[in-house]
Amino acid sequence: MDFTFSPEHRALRRMIREFVENEVAPIAAEIDRTHRVPLETMRKLGQVGLLGVCFPQEYGGMGAGEIGYCILMEELNRVCASTCTNVGAHIGIGAMAIYLDGNEGQKRKYLTPLARGEKIAAFGLTESGAGSDAAAIRTRAVRDGDSWVLNGGKVFITNGGYADIITVMAVTDPALGARGGVTAFIVETQWPGFKVAREEDKMGIRGTSTAELVFEELRVPHENVLGKVGEGFVTFMKALDMGRLTLGAACIGGAEMALEAAIKWAKTRRQFGVALAHKQSVQWMIANMATEIEALRSLVYRVAWMVDTGQPFTQLAAMCKLYGSEVASRAIDMALQIHGGLGFTRDFPIERGFRDARIGEIYEGTSEVQRIVIASNIFREHGVRIRP
Amino acid sequence: MDFAFSEEQEMFRAMFRDFSAKEVAPHVEELDHAEQPPLEALRKAAQQGFLGATIPEEYCGANLDYISYALLIETLAGDCMSTAVTLATHISLVAMPVLAHGSAAQKEEWLPCMAGGQVIGAFALTEPDAGSDISVCHTRAIAEGDSVLLEGVKSWVANGEIAGLFLVFARGENGLEAFLVPRDAPGLTVGYREPTLGLRCVTFNTLYLEGCRIPVGNRLGGPGEGERIAEEAQQLMAVALAAAGLGVAESALETAARYATERIQFGVPIAQKQAIQNYIAWAMSEVEALRYLVYHAAWMVDQGHDISLDASIVKAFGARIARSVTNRMVQVMGGYGYMEDYPLARKYRDARALHLIGGPTEWHDFRIARHVFAGLDVPITP
Repeated sequence: MDFTFSPEHRALRRMIREFVENEVAPIAAEIDRTHRVPLETMRKLGQVGLLGVCFPQEYGGMGAGEIGYCILMEELNRVCASTCTNVGAHIGIGAMAIYLDGNEGQKRKYLTPLARGEKIAAFGLTESGAGSDAAAIRTRAVRDGDSWVLNGGKVFITNGGYADIITVMAVTDPALGARGGVTAFIVETQWPGFKVAREEDKMGIRGTSTAELVFEELRVPHENVLGKVGEGFVTFMKALDMGRLTLGAACIGGAEMALEAAIKWAKTRRQFGVALAHKQSVQWMIANMATEIEALRSLVYRVAWMVDTGQPFTQLAAMCKLYGSEVASRAIDMALQIHGGLGFTRDFPIERGFRDARIGEIYEGTSEVQRIVIASNIFREHGVRIRP
Repeated sequence: MDFAFSEEQEMFRAMFRDFSAKEVAPHVEELDHAEQPPLEALRKAAQQGFLGATIPEEYCGANLDYISYALLIETLAGDCMSTAVTLATHISLVAMPVLAHGSAAQKEEWLPCMAGGQVIGAFALTEPDAGSDISVCHTRAIAEGDSVLLEGVKSWVANGEIAGLFLVFARGENGLEAFLVPRDAPGLTVGYREPTLGLRCVTFNTLYLEGCRIPVGNRLGGPGEGERIAEEAQQLMAVALAAAGLGVAESALETAARYATERIQFGVPIAQKQAIQNYIAWAMSEVEALRYLVYHAAWMVDQGHDISLDASIVKAFGARIARSVTNRMVQVMGGYGYMEDYPLARKYRDARALHLIGGPTEWHDFRIARHVFAGLDVPITP
């Protein structure tokens, strides 16, 4: 066994931390306050190669694998959950679907500019009637000669309001449904028939775009079918597995930030004649946060290593996201409590962290969906097929 | 024992619900977005007599018992926790201490106009260096003949921006003292407003007292009675805040439960899913447990019992329940629970305040433990 990061990954972390301190930290509060997507940060991330962190060099990537990608997410989320979310939607599910199941031509055409940050990606699965029940999507694609015509819409699409390329799931055979009747398409948002219908006003991650999309007679060339016709779900589930793992990695960063801020404040703030650090209630909070963070870190990087070494990881990825989001929520809640009133104001980053963290248990598969994934994997091994 | 409301209490509750639905609920989203205090609702509440809820009729109050008042706070908090906290600050933290400790002249001067809503009350105890630890009060009260000079800075003064009367605590020769300071007193400045996570319609301000001179007759209670006045006021407020926690929790439950019957996933309303049923069942159990703690504490106030222990129990428990119920109900609503144009996100942000305002939960837990260990002859310190 070896639990150390390679020199390359350590160097990568240093490079990312420096980037984040210079480019992300200074605007983190501002993009939250003004509800602005920092597209300039995405471009810069692309220029230094970080948006291709996990993709091979032949597609403009860095080749740092899933471990490298997890380091990126962890470091980003220490400072800005919005930027982390934008990057996660872009790399982790948007571009990842193309990387996993795209053909050579699609990778050259789409993955390369995505890895360089010249184009921004989103992942179009959720619909108003299909959240946790992703198989209930109704967006329809009908074959017409050399192309497919899409009609329908998506909701809650991260990066949806400004993405250039969206991987979209649509029903190609209603009779077959989710198993064989759903296909993934690479859609360019400049094409006629694509429309951004609205932007959501969210409690947190306010420096992100969460958009409702409408497709009206949107014509997609057949060559933009991603993977095989009818196998869209296979593609999307593979991408979601990778995404879940990296959201767990992001949660390490969010929780660490909360812990570090809490320690700092507990040393500084005096009540009843002593620093809060001397109060057992506070000590317990710190001890619990630190223990959970260490457990999460071990889980996440072990699973990242499994991905990089080609082992199956679906169930473990769901655990990373489930446990990570709960650890991050508990950590920021305790950090807020330790900060008292100051934690409750927007003058301190804790307040933003508290609003941001709450999305972790909801997006990219709620905690309930993660538990369904974990339980159904376990029961399947024991010969029982469960339905959600 | 009798767990039934009186006919009068039932009638009041119906009246509060009617009022809140008409005058509070329709504006809450807009006010919360704009972070504006609910002035119009306060004006309407004054017309109904709610701003003098527990004040006797001789001072133009509605003379409600504390149980009915708790029902008022609970009901308002169901629609808008900010409005409930604004009103509870006015009544529990200012009007009731004036009623309990004021001279005849002070009561005549302030209570009728507080009940009428011409004057809103604010409570100025906390200081930048003195949150839970009020023994550290740095604000000074310096006696100068017939007047008193107040010098210091108060923080987190609820209602600061809209108040006409500040109940200010300062350290004098005889210990902590309470003073009634009108807004137009020289040397009083309402400063920085905290940009808060929740309760965004409540104005929490910094209060500067710089050479603030008031007549010595503005002292509330006798010399050195400030600590007792602060303590009693905070106990009353603790019960009111727990009532607000009850209101926000039960309304979150109601909202999410209705959503669960309408939201179809996997071919059925999610109400059919066991995980959702569990969330709802736990929330319901917690709400009901809190409900009877709140009414019991309010009943104790009405009976004139010592509530120093029960106030802490109900406040700490109320904060936990409001937090856990709103958190789980956000989860029931999924993505819609995270959107600001649905009510759950606001309730979630608002409820988080209860672990902090009116004394953090750790402080109340200490008081509860202190009581238990005192019974075992072991004195403990915070």
